[in-house]
Amino acid sequence: MTVRVQEADFDLGAELALLRAGDPRVGALASFVGLVRDLNDGASVTEMTLEHYPGMTEKALEEIAAEAKTRWDIYGALVIHRVGPLKPCDQIVLVAVTSAHRGEAFAACEFIMDYLKTRAPFWKREATPEGGRWVDARDADDSAAERWQK
Amino acid sequence: MSVRVLYFAGLREAFGCAGESIDLPAGVSTVAALRDLLVAQGRDKLASARNLRCAVNQDMATPEVVIKDGDEVAFFPPVTGG
Repeated sequence: MTVRVQEADFDLGAELALLRAGDPRVGALASFVGLVRDLNDGASVTEMTLEHYPGMTEKALEEIAAEAKTRWDIYGALVIHRVGPLKPCDQIVLVAVTSAHRGEAFAACEFIMDYLKTRAPFWKREATPEGGRWVDARDADDSAAERWQK
Repeated sequence: MSVRVLYFAGLREAFGCAGESIDLPAGVSTVAALRDLLVAQGRDKLASARNLRCAVNQDMATPEVVIKDGDEVAFFPPVTGG
């Protein structure tokens, strides 16, 4: 389980190659990349800034990845989340999971992403032509996370 | 007895303050009581914030969670990462 919070961009291909490097047990690698859109809630977004709670962020992400490992038979998990200023088309987050078969990898990847959206302390502030605004949490994200409650 | 209080996102911006040390009077021993104390000291937005979240020592905490000397208590809006 690897968790990184960083301002720098990441190289998707290199990260995925590293996650599965030299492990012949891996038959499936599922990944998700979140990107900055230029439109949110009807306003055009020119820039976004991601704030986080240093310390708690890493701890929360590690707990979420560890929880995924207890639920599914997965080998490796990688979470990279960027902070600081970002522009439309920029990569925000990467979640990747390896396992023997696709079902476990898909499910664990989606679970980590859904839990991250509601439990990891990140906040988005958008710059729009009408000024800056903090992004509101979405009910749909709570519903997505609740699907995984045992 | 004192705790370190942290604010994030819209709360930090509204207060113009990322954190402060708060001396706890006798009887203030839970997250809910600390929030009431801070509101009484002028941090009104902690009362009006929709779906206010709290973490004690970097674990998500509910209002009834007990706080003790030296704890780090953070207040913030619902998270919006990913």
